[in-house]
Amino acid sequence: MNNTIFLNTLRFTLLVLTQVLIFNTLNFMGFINPLVYVIFFYWYPLKSNRAFFMVTSFFLGFIIDLFSDTLALHSIAALTVAYARPVIMRFCFGVNYEFQNFSFKNTTKVQRITFLALLILVHQIVFFSLEILSISHILLILKKVFATGIVTLILCTLFSSLFSPKSE
Amino acid sequence: MQRIINFILSYRNAFLYGFLMVISLSLTVRSHSYHQSKFFNSSKWLTGNVYGIAANISSYFGLREENERLVQENERLRKLLFNPEQEIAQPVDTTSINFDVINANLIKNSFASPRNYLTIDKGRNQGVTQDMGVITTRGILGIVENVSSNFATVQSVLNTKSSINAKIKNSEHFGSLEWDAEDYSVAQLKDIPRLVPLVVGDTIITGGMSSIFPEGIPIGVIKKYDLNTSKSLYNIDVALFNDMANIKNVYLIKDKNREEIQELEALTEDE
Repeated sequence: MNNTIFLNTLRFTLLVLTQVLIFNTLNFMGFINPLVYVIFFYWYPLKSNRAFFMVTSFFLGFIIDLFSDTLALHSIAALTVAYARPVIMRFCFGVNYEFQNFSFKNTTKVQRITFLALLILVHQIVFFSLEILSISHILLILKKVFATGIVTLILCTLFSSLFSPKSE
Repeated sequence: MQRIINFILSYRNAFLYGFLMVISLSLTVRSHSYHQSKFFNSSKWLTGNVYGIAANISSYFGLREENERLVQENERLRKLLFNPEQEIAQPVDTTSINFDVINANLIKNSFASPRNYLTIDKGRNQGVTQDMGVITTRGILGIVENVSSNFATVQSVLNTKSSINAKIKNSEHFGSLEWDAEDYSVAQLKDIPRLVPLVVGDTIITGGMSSIFPEGIPIGVIKKYDLNTSKSLYNIDVALFNDMANIKNVYLIKDKNREEIQELEALTEDE
């Protein structure tokens, strides 16, 4: 248990630093800044106190907001993803995710990537619609959601296979 | 009562979600409608220092380019120095100098979001105050928004809330420079009347109307122009001189007469 707390604290800090120091300054093709910290929600233990998870996510978003001067945009997006995670999990893994012995080991690769892609999609849509906050820029929002979303998905898949947690 | 408590307990996650959502939404709405938040911005101790350390390391990689840029500026300034008759002589008496200049390093750049804020490594201890103008060797960059003791945040011209007085070089027709969040190398000049003759490639400079920037700081050149919906004013696309993605050294300008001008204007409006 202590090991899990330590691991997640470390992830939290490293993801914040990676996001603000590397990926926020990437500006690939002029506007693509992948939001890789979404992988925190993918890596977080599947069975956990939901309220604590939401508060943690909120603070993860909030700290990134402080660094990037986008007050509360990342917080809202992260909070919404944290709230929606059980629903997405039920959609991807079916009812058996509620069983005691369920873990990532007995899921297929397609299921895991769908799970990750849906987390990213929810996060991107909330983030960019609030960032731009105008219906007349709907094309700009969609362009950003899809371009950034695809790059984020590729990076997160790479990260998840590079640092795959063995214990979970 | 028992049932109310049970109800709240069974939906406690939804309540928590709603509660945190209200907090963050109110912060977002505030930052959309007012100035940047005073308490939460990247000029604070922790965020400023993290960016400071990162900029310290990465600045070594751009030294050659930055040197060339500074040498070019020195060359231009030396030309001015050796050929004083071409320009108006600068006043020597320090009491008559109106503008103070402070140099600073950019430690966080941003140009991909609709509201871009930059962070610089000089703050209140070095004499930086709110509403100072920020320029680079090539042209205009933004306005100081929040100041902490050793850092400051700058509202970039690439910010949908930004509006800067600008005019066409060699004429007195002025408008306001805004940004539509589309392209980081192009800003929009609004409110230029239809009767003004325009040519693609004309230079746009700052106007003297605000007490933030001195008159005549280069902004960019006209890239394209068309009439707005009412057919009486021009919408002009301005290609900025600055490469907003590649900035390191900046200069802060303080107008010493700003307070006096503002007091006078406030007095006039009250009457």
